[in-house]
Parts: sequence; C-alpha cells; structure tokens
Amino acid sequence: MTTRPALVKGSRAVRSTIALKMLMAVSGLIFVGYVLAHMYGNLKAFSGQEAFNDYAHHLRELGEPLLPHEGFLWIARVVLLLSLFVHVFCAIALWRRAGRARTTKYVVKKNKHSSFSSHWMRWGGITLLLFIIWHLLNFTVGRINVNTGETGDAAGDPYTLMVQSFEVPWLTVIYLLAMVALALHLHHGTWSAAQTLGLTNNATSRRNAKAIGTILAVVVAGGFSLVPIFVLAGVID
Amino acid sequence: MKLNLKIWRQENATAPGGIHTYELDDVSEDMSFLEMLDVLNEQLNAEGEEPIAFDSDCREGICGQCSLMIDGEAHGPEVTTTCQLHMRSFRDGDSITIEPWRADAFPIVKDLVVDRSAFDRIIQQGGYISVNTGAAPDAHATPVPKDKANRAFDVATCIGCGACVAACPNGSASLFLGAKITHLGELPQGQAERDTRVVNMIGQHDAEGFGGCTNIGECTAACPKEIPLDVISRLNWDLHAALRHGK
Amino acid sequence: MTDLPDTTNSFDSSRTLDAAALAEREGAQQTDDAADYYVDGDPIQDTKAPGGPLEERWNTRQFEARIANPANRRRLSVIVVGTGLAGASAAATLGEAGYVVKSFCYQDSPRRAHSIAAQGGINAAKNYKGDGDSVYRLFYDTIKGGDYRSRESNVYRLAQVSTSIIDQCVAQGVPFAREYGGLLDNRSFGGVQVSRTFYARGQTGQQLLIGAYQALERQVAAGTVKCYTRHEMVELIVVDGRARGIIVRDMVTGEIETYFADVVVLASGGYGNVFFLSTNAMGCNVTAAWRAHRKGALMANPCYTQIHPTCIPVAGAHQSKLTLMSESLRNDGRIWVPKNQADCGKDPREIPEEDRDYYLERIYPAFGNLVPRDIASRQAKNMCDEGRGVGPEVDGVRRGVYLDFAEAIDRLGRKAIEDKYDNLFDMYARITGEDPYTSPMRIYPAVHYVMGGLWVDYDLQSTIPGLFVTGEANFSDHGANRLGASALMQGLADGYFVLPNTIRDYLAEGPFEKIAEDDPAVVEAQQSVKSRIEQFMTTNGTRSVDSYHRELGHIMWEYCGMERSEDGLRKAIDLIRSLKEDFWRNVRVLGSAESMNQSLEKAGRVADFFELGELMCIDALNRRESCGGHFRAESQTEEGEALRHDDQYAYVAAWEWGGADEKPILHKEHLTYEFVEMKQRSYK
Ligand SMILES: Cc1cc2nc3c(=O)[nH]c(=O)nc-3n(C[C@H](O)[C@H](O)[C@H](O)COP(=O)(O)OP(=O)(O)OC[C@H]3O[C@@H](n4cnc5c(N)ncnc54)[C@H](O)[C@@H]3O)c2cc1C
Ligand code: HEM
Ligand code: HEM
Ligand code: SF4
Ligand code: F3S
Ligand code: FES
Repeated sequence: MTTRPALVKGSRAVRSTIALKMLMAVSGLIFVGYVLAHMYGNLKAFSGQEAFNDYAHHLRELGEPLLPHEGFLWIARVVLLLSLFVHVFCAIALWRRAGRARTTKYVVKKNKHSSFSSHWMRWGGITLLLFIIWHLLNFTVGRINVNTGETGDAAGDPYTLMVQSFEVPWLTVIYLLAMVALALHLHHGTWSAAQTLGLTNNATSRRNAKAIGTILAVVVAGGFSLVPIFVLAGVID
Repeated sequence: MKLNLKIWRQENATAPGGIHTYELDDVSEDMSFLEMLDVLNEQLNAEGEEPIAFDSDCREGICGQCSLMIDGEAHGPEVTTTCQLHMRSFRDGDSITIEPWRADAFPIVKDLVVDRSAFDRIIQQGGYISVNTGAAPDAHATPVPKDKANRAFDVATCIGCGACVAACPNGSASLFLGAKITHLGELPQGQAERDTRVVNMIGQHDAEGFGGCTNIGECTAACPKEIPLDVISRLNWDLHAALRHGK
Repeated sequence: MTDLPDTTNSFDSSRTLDAAALAEREGAQQTDDAADYYVDGDPIQDTKAPGGPLEERWNTRQFEARIANPANRRRLSVIVVGTGLAGASAAATLGEAGYVVKSFCYQDSPRRAHSIAAQGGINAAKNYKGDGDSVYRLFYDTIKGGDYRSRESNVYRLAQVSTSIIDQCVAQGVPFAREYGGLLDNRSFGGVQVSRTFYARGQTGQQLLIGAYQALERQVAAGTVKCYTRHEMVELIVVDGRARGIIVRDMVTGEIETYFADVVVLASGGYGNVFFLSTNAMGCNVTAAWRAHRKGALMANPCYTQIHPTCIPVAGAHQSKLTLMSESLRNDGRIWVPKNQADCGKDPREIPEEDRDYYLERIYPAFGNLVPRDIASRQAKNMCDEGRGVGPEVDGVRRGVYLDFAEAIDRLGRKAIEDKYDNLFDMYARITGEDPYTSPMRIYPAVHYVMGGLWVDYDLQSTIPGLFVTGEANFSDHGANRLGASALMQGLADGYFVLPNTIRDYLAEGPFEKIAEDDPAVVEAQQSVKSRIEQFMTTNGTRSVDSYHRELGHIMWEYCGMERSEDGLRKAIDLIRSLKEDFWRNVRVLGSAESMNQSLEKAGRVADFFELGELMCIDALNRRESCGGHFRAESQTEEGEALRHDDQYAYVAAWEWGGADEKPILHKEHLTYEFVEMKQRSYK
C-alpha cells in the first residue's frame, strides 16, 4: 500500500488552491473589464478613420495633466501585464496540480453535465496567450502590417494598420478563431469567477452568473468580430 | 438479459492493472448493479477464478461505501449510488465498462476498491464542532432558523462516497469539502471555528493531492445526494473571509 | 473491586417461589423442549446495579465508580471495536477524557458503520411538546414495549440519559428537524402516545453517526484516538482472566495483527445477518461478539429478533439484502391481500373492493394498520402462508402484501402524499420498477434488529472482566422487543454517557501488567486465527461462501423467524449442523490470504453464524412462551395472539459456550419488577 499523507500543520489561507483561484478570478475580471472597453473602442472604426484615431490619441492623453502623456495607458499596461503574469502563472500551477491529481486516466469517461467551454479553459487560455502575443506584435509593439510588409510607424496610423490587416483573409480568420476562444473563455470564466469569489451561494445567483457569462461572451466576442468582418467585407475601408 | 462486462482488475496498489472481459447471462432487470456483480462473482468462483473485489456495505444508498465508474459515469447513469442502481437501466446485449474511482489521492487497494481515507483526514482538520461530551447546553438554548437548519441538513446528507472526485476532471474534492463547510457554517454552533476550519481543511485537501476546482460542475451531477454547486461558492467565500482575517 | 459498598441487587428467591407456586396454580406445563440441547448452569445476577430508589440508582453508581487518576490516563489504553453510534461515541468520549484509544472497524471509514442506515429517529424524554412525556413514561413504555423482559434499573437509566444525548448532538451540529420558531421538532413514532422522537428527515442515523464520527476524528487529530479502518477483529485475547487485547486481520494486506490494551470494548453491532437476508448492511457480523463468547462471555437471549413489517419483498434468487421502508408509511397506507387465492396474480387495481381483505383492520379494529411491528409482521406471514400473498413467486410462494395509498391519495391529494413520502416512494420505484402512486406497494417483513447480544451487567461489563459491550452488540435494554427509535438512543447513551462513567471504575485498577508477545494465551490465539484462515484457504471445495450463507439464512428464516415451533426448531438445529459440517469440508475460497480477499472475510463470518444460529434455535426452543419478537406456536391465545409465561420465563437466558461440539450452558438471570406491574399485551 502507498503511504498515506500525514496531517498537515500550519495551513495558511494564502497558500491554498483556492487562493490561486482567487488570483485567477481577479486577474480574469480585470481582463474582462479591459476587453469590454477595448471592444467599445474598436467599434469606433465604424465612425471612420478620424474618430478611431482620435480615440486612440485621446487614450494617450487620458488623465493629463495629472498623469504624464500616455500615463494612463502605461498604468493600464502595467496592470494588464501583471494580471497576465498572475493569470498565466496560476493557470499553470492549477493545471499541473490537476494533472497530478489523476495520473491514470479512465478508459471511458463521460462529461455529460458540463459545458464544452469549461473543459476548454486551458486550451482556450493558450490560444488567447498566443493570440495576445501576435496581437501585440501586430498592433502595438511591432506594428506589423501584414498587408504591406511594413513595420513600425511606416505601417500607418492605427486605423490604417487595422483596416489593411483585416483585408488579409487568413489574418481575419485567425482573429475570428481567437474570438471563438475568447467567447468560450468568457462564457465559463465569468460564471467561474463569480463562483470562485463566493458570490453564487444559491441557485438563482448561479443562474444569473451563467447568464452574464453567456451575454458577455456574445457581446464581447461578437463586438470584436464586427470590425474584422466588416473590413473583409469591404464595408470599412 | 446478456451483458458483456469490461472490468478493471488489479492485484494491489502497485501491481499493473487492466481491463478483463466477462460475459454474463440471465441478468434480471430487478437486480441491483452490485447483485449483478455478485452473480458474476459466483460464476467466477465456480470457474476457479478469483472473484472481483468491490466495495459495498449498506446497499441502501446511505453508507457511501460503494463506488464504481460505470461506462464513464460515477455511480452509473442514474442519480443514485451504485448499490441503488438497477439493471433495468441497461439493455440486453450492452457492453459495460467498470472501473474504480481514479484519483491519486484515492489509491487503488484491489480491483475496484479504492482507499478514501483522505476524506477522513480532511475531516480531522476541522470538520467538526469542538464540544466535549457532557459540556453541551440544553438543546433549546440556541434556536436555529428553519431555513438555515434546512440548508444545513441538505448539505449534511453527503455520504462521503467520493463520486465528486471521481467525476471531476481535475480530481478535486471541493464538493465534499464545501458540503461540510456549509453544513457547519450554517449553524450558530459552527461559527467559532469557521475560519480555522476552512483553512485547515483546504490545507489538507491540497496536501492529499486533490486538484483545484475550476467550477466545471461534473461533481454535482455525479453526486448521489445532489449536493448543489453553491457549497463550493460557500467554501470559497469562507476562505475569502479567512484571508481577510489573516488566517 | 472489593472496596466497593455492596450494592448487590440480589436475586430475590422468595419471588421465584411465588412464581413457581403461581405456575402450579395456573397449571402451566413445566416443559423444557430444549432439555437435550443444553446443560444447566448457576443462576447469575447483575451485581453492579445499585438498589434504592429508581431515580437515584444511576447517580449512585456514577458516584461510587472510581475515577482513574487524570495523570494516569495517558498510560491507560482502551480498544474499541466498532464505530457505529455506540463505538464512535465511546471512543471519542474516552479520547476526550485522556485515555489512549484504538478504534477498529471493518469498513473503509468509521463513518460508514451500519448505524448510518437508521431512518426514523431517536427518542428522548425532553417533553418539548408538553404532551405529558417524562423520564418515567419513557421508562415505562420501554419496559412494556420490551414485553417485561428487560431490567428496570437499566431502562430507567436509559430514559434519564436520553435528554443529554439530544443536547450533545445539537451542540455537535446534528441538523435535527426544526419548527418555524427555530426550535426542535418532534414526532410520535411506533404507535406511542407522546411525541418524543427527534429526527432529521428520514436520515436520523446518518446525521447522528456523522456527529459522532466527527467527534471521533477530532480526537484522532488530537492524538488521543487512533483509527484502524478495514481491520476486522477475529479473536479476543484473554490473559489471566481479563480481556487484554484483540487479534485483527488487516483486510488490505491480510496481515494478522495483535493489539493490547487495558480494556476492550465491543460495539460491533447486531447479528441479524445470520438470516442472510435482512435490512442490515452486508458486512454486519457476529464475529467480534462470538469470539468473545467462545472466550467466556455469555450470550444473552440470542433468539430475540425484531422483524420489521414494512420492507420491500424479495424479488428473486439474486437478492442480497432487504430494504426497509419507513414505518411511517403505515400511517396512511392500508394493508390488504386478495380474499381469493385466484386473484393473487391479478393486477391489484382490477381487484374490486369487496374482494380485498384489509386483514389488520379486520382483526384489530382498534389499532388497524398501526399494530406493533411483530403483530403486523406475523399476520403478513399468515396471509402468505394461506396462499394469499401477492407479487412474484419466489420458490413457489408469493411473499408480499399490498400497502395501498389509493385511498389516502383520494382523501389528501397526491401532493400531500408526495410531500410526506416522496423519497420513500422514489426509492421504492427505483428498486422495484413500479410506481407506488398508481399501483399499491408490495411489502413483506424482514429481519431488522436483534435484542439479544452479549450479556452485560449494569456497568456494561460482560462476564469476562475488562470486556465491555455497548450498543446493539449487548442485550441489555430492550427486553424481548425494541421500541422504534430506541436503538439509536441506546447506542449513544451507552457510548457518550454510560460506558465512560462505568469503565473508569475498572480502569482505576490499571494500568495492568504489560503482556508479552509470547504469552501462551496470545500465541494460542494467534495460532487459532492463522489455522482457521489456513483451513479456509486449503479446503478447496466446490461451493461459494455466499451459497452457504444463503442456505443458512433460509433455515433460520423458515424455522427461527417470525414463528417458531418445537418441531421446526429441532429440525433447524439438525439442518444447521449438517450444513456446517458440509461447509468446513466443501467451501471454496480462492485468491490469497495475504491480500484483500472478500470471500475469506465472509467465510470467517459465516463460520461464526453457523454456531450462533444453532444457539439461537436452542434458545428459542428453551423459551416455550411468546414474548416480544419471539413467537412460539405452542404459546398463543385462542385468538392466535402471543402468550407470555411470566411464571416460568421471566429471566434472561445467558448462554455460556460449552466448547466445540459440546452443549452450551444456560445461566438464568431472573428479572424482578419492583416498579412496574407485568401485564399481558392486548391490541384487540
Ligand atoms: C434499516 C435500519 C433502520 C433503522 N432505523 C432505526 C431508527 O429509526 N431508530 C432507531 O433507534 N434504530 C434504528 N435501527 C437500529 C439501529 O440503527 C442499530 O441498532 C444501531 O445503529 C446499532 O448501532 P451500533 O453502534 O451498536 O452498531 P453498528 O452501527 O452496527 O456498528 C457496528 C460497528 O462495528 C464494526 N464491526 C463489526 N464487526 C466487526 C469486527 N469483527 N471487527 C471490527 N469491526 C467490526 C463495524 O465496522 C461498525 O463500525 C435501524 C436499523 C436498520 C437496519
Ligand atoms: C493570456 C492568456 C490566458 C490564459 C493562459 C488563460 C488561462 C486561464 C485558465 C487556465 C483559467 C482557469 C480555467 C478555469 O477556471 O476553468 C482561466 C480562467 C479565467 N480566465 Fe483566463 N486565460 C487567459 C486570458 C484571459 C483573458 C483574456 C480573460 C478575459 C477576457 C480571461 C478571463 C478569465 C476568467 C474570468 C477566468 C475565471 C477565473 C475563475 O475561474 O475563477 N482569461 N484562464
Ligand atoms: C478583433 C479584435 C481586436 C481588434 C480589431 C483589436 C485591435 C487593436 C488595435 C487596433 C490596437 C492598437 C490600439 C492602439 O495602439 O491604440 C490594439 C491593442 C491592444 N489589444 Fe486589441 N484588438 C482586438 C482584440 C483584442 C483582444 C481579444 C485582446 C485581449 C485579449 C486585445 C488586447 C489588446 C492589447 C493588450 C492591446 C495593447 C494596448 C496597449 O497597451 O497599447 N485585443 N488592439
Ligand atoms: S459530495 Fe456527493 S459525491 Fe461527493 S462525497 Fe459527498 S455525497 Fe459523494
Ligand atoms: S467537477 Fe471539479 S472543477 Fe469543481 S465544480 Fe466540480 S469540483
Ligand atoms: S453500499 Fe452503502 S451507499 Fe452503496
């Protein structure tokens, strides 16, 4: 027989799996806030080049003169980066732990009562991580215009870069696929975060949290998808 | 009816195991699933093959001793325990795969029998209200509002069977843990130890090697006592409170 | 024990003379059907029960019982076999007191002990309803319910202690049912006139056991108790006349292990499984008690068996156990069978009202469907024996009667019935595949509880010094019949309050001398365990253990079940003896003894059931009267009701093991009633 673990002494709340989960939930919710705002910003593309670029410019001036130029943006970037680090770190820690919790797999296992999105969180997370890396190369850090092959400032203003990018069909497809991953992630992630934070103590609040998850998934992923689709369709140019 | 059974057999915790196939005839639909295995064991015994080890005791759905992953579902296709599952849930000619609970915190003892003592150790870490015998005040000294009493009861029905762990893709025991946290946390008697209870119990849960919960919800669907998912929310909430209190 | 004041409740010989004189006057026959099967031993007495006023006896005993020095307790060790209500509560309480406790059970966790299955509730004389309940009334009802075959002192103590049990359990967080005001709810149970039963829906046993289990685990964490799960006690160690330890088989590794202690407590539950089919859990066994019996502990009233009238009938030859349906169903359901045999196979809904025989309402108009368990059970058997049973034929007989809710559903509406019995109806539907809302349930009696058990004195000590017995494993408080909701009460009373207070008197003499591993008594015990296992493993016969158990159960049920007769019992004894012989020659146990081996576990249990079964029949044969759960065909009134013979049988039959193939020795403990007058029951 395998040896049985002893009783652990001196457990601390902060060292528990639940604390890890809470960090995930908080960082995840920060992302949710961010993507909502980001999506709203993206929709400015429908108001034309000027409005969109103004908006991008305006972001950089937000908080002035209290904050230096791009101050707000940098605060947001730092928060997002930290969140990303925390989110990914915890995701890896929990994933590894789950892997060790069942090293022999079932010959047959049915998961009939849970959503696909809940099972796809980890793969969806990886997809999102890859997407974010590419996305930043694409639009911020590298500013790579796949259409023209230009990078940096030469790639054009944000609006132009975006429009020209989505004129490339395969790139649009990649974005749209990423939005599917995002939708799945939000669908389960939102309700899951509510549960992790202990906000779903009865059947009603649980139903509500799930509904919010579904709505967010549709709104955010849908909202993001509009721009690439309409660019590809030539409505935005 | 006639069945084709694919059953996991394993000599002991360390020996390698594998699926063996058995044919069983004349299964009546009035049999419970475990009675069907009894009949198979009679057959094996007659053929000179060692009977298959599996756990059961009350066979009434209350002791929590029976287990079995039946065709990929903990306690089989109905919301009940394996001992209360009847063969009328199956069809003539069915092929049924039977495996033990799989979780590294539940090591296999033999064939379909696993060691769930990890649950006892989780309880040892605070799944109780500290009151020595004879030290109790009159039972009517503390009224408990009926809704709280009902809720405490609903979640106290957990039988400690481990189906939640078996069903959870992460091998998490959060539902079991949450049920006990909620049961004691709903009652006025349980308040004094609420913070230390949750911290110590989750500490043991993690040390035993159970996975973390990602709110998938297979556990509650497999739970024969229909313990609701909100006990996990309650567990998280209590841990949250303990964090705030610096525990 | 000599420094104790003499509180002997001595056997009052003038009373028996009276009884004997009475017997002569009434012309009762002085027969002894079992004469060839046993030898007479000396009468025994319970020397620990103090005399004096009934209410003061327990206080007196608690005061007089010595206290083990607290500093010494860390050096005093206790073995508790069993983690049911009786065992878990005792182990936890002794751990709290500071003794070193070792707790054993055969399941994979202490929480799974059979107590968990109890549904109905637990009695306590709290009188929260203000309906006139009192300690005395509970005492009185228990004595009367036990058909005047229990001890007044014990029963009174039980009733006294009952109130503290509820306090203790509530403090532990047991979620009893409550009223809207937040206070505890009570119901009336088993036909008593007051509401004194505390309950937690239909899962009272579970909730109480989890409470005791949690208290136990708390002590495990505190280091005072060590739990040995999946360890089966297979022998008792007696050294120099004292119980000093046990031998267990580790059911995972097969290892035979020896544990020593200053005192051994058996809380190993009841032996109803001697009938194979019963409402008991699969693993319930007599082995722990029987091994102690073979080492000198007396077995008292083994034939007293309680048969529960409302169980789901046997469905076929594959049946492994029977499921109890709560007795509360009889409050609304009407019990009937067809008047004509020809109708028995028909769909019950097609049998017209005039062709139905509501036999309980017919025979007992005053109590109707609510007659006591034994009467309801026996009448169901009578109906089936007459050939008017219903349901599938098993071995050529239909064994079942209808429990019909049609009228109640008409009167109260389906919703009301759902609210009350939803989970029971679901359970019934799951097991039988029939819908009890639309067609009547079928029920049949099944073995449920045994009042018999190891003989203990007021201190719960057996005739082996240092061996204490609690819960269903002892015989002490229920007489010939147990009231509903009183087993849980007794288990917890014993474990939380009685045993911890009496055992200290014995422990005050300890710690006893350390026992050497190679003490001849120990070596002999280990050897006997090993050779028994060896024999099972090498017999290599053709029949499975289960098949023997089933056959033994059949014999017991047929001849030592609801109705017992002289001829039947004699026949049963012969059948058991020859089956036992065949068992030892022809049983087949495969696999190895050095790993988990469930056939081997069962083999040991069944071997002990054979010996117990025989003794039960002898005990039943000896008791040519009908009392409580024991009905002798030869002792009934003209109307076929049970007839007691207080003049001859107002005693506890305590049997001593005479040796293998030797006759058991009967010791009688005469029962005297100082406070309650013995009356003949009547439910007409
Ligand atoms: C279906 C059902 C319903 C019932 N409902 C009620 C009710 O409503 N109210 C009521 O008052 N009573 C009820 N009873 C009766 C009551 O439940 C039991 O009498 C009582 O629980 C017995 O408790 P116990 O602690 O003595 O033994 P158990 O609970 O039977 O415990 C026995 C313990 O001993 C251990 N053990 C046994 N043999 C060995 C061995 N050889 N080695 C090691 N360990 C061993 C077991 O592992 C177990 O832990 C009911 C009984 C049944 C069957
Ligand atoms: C950077 C890449 C990302 C990775 C690797 C990742 C991975 C994960 C993983 C593994 C989980 C836990 C799975 C589970 O709970 O079932 C998770 C949860 C979550 N994620 Fe992400 N994720 C990423 C990005 C995002 C983004 C962009 C958002 C929001 C838009 C987000 C929001 C959430 C939320 C709300 C949760 C739920 C937290 C909880 O269960 O308590 N994540 N993520
Ligand atoms: C189709 C969908 C999307 C489009 C069209 C889009 C477009 C853009 C554009 C144009 C920028 C540059 C803005 C600027 O420089 O001012 C940008 C930046 C950014 N986007 Fe997106 N985005 C999409 C989806 C997402 C998603 C799903 C995420 C997160 C999961 C995301 C995260 C970011 C981040 C972190 C930045 C960098 C902001 C900064 O630090 O300056 N985007 N996006
Ligand atoms: S929560 Fe449900 S599935 Fe888990 S142990 Fe308890 S009863 Fe079993
Ligand atoms: S299935 Fe597992 S992930 Fe959580 S919700 Fe249940 S424990
Ligand atoms: S055997 Fe007790 S719950 Fe199944």
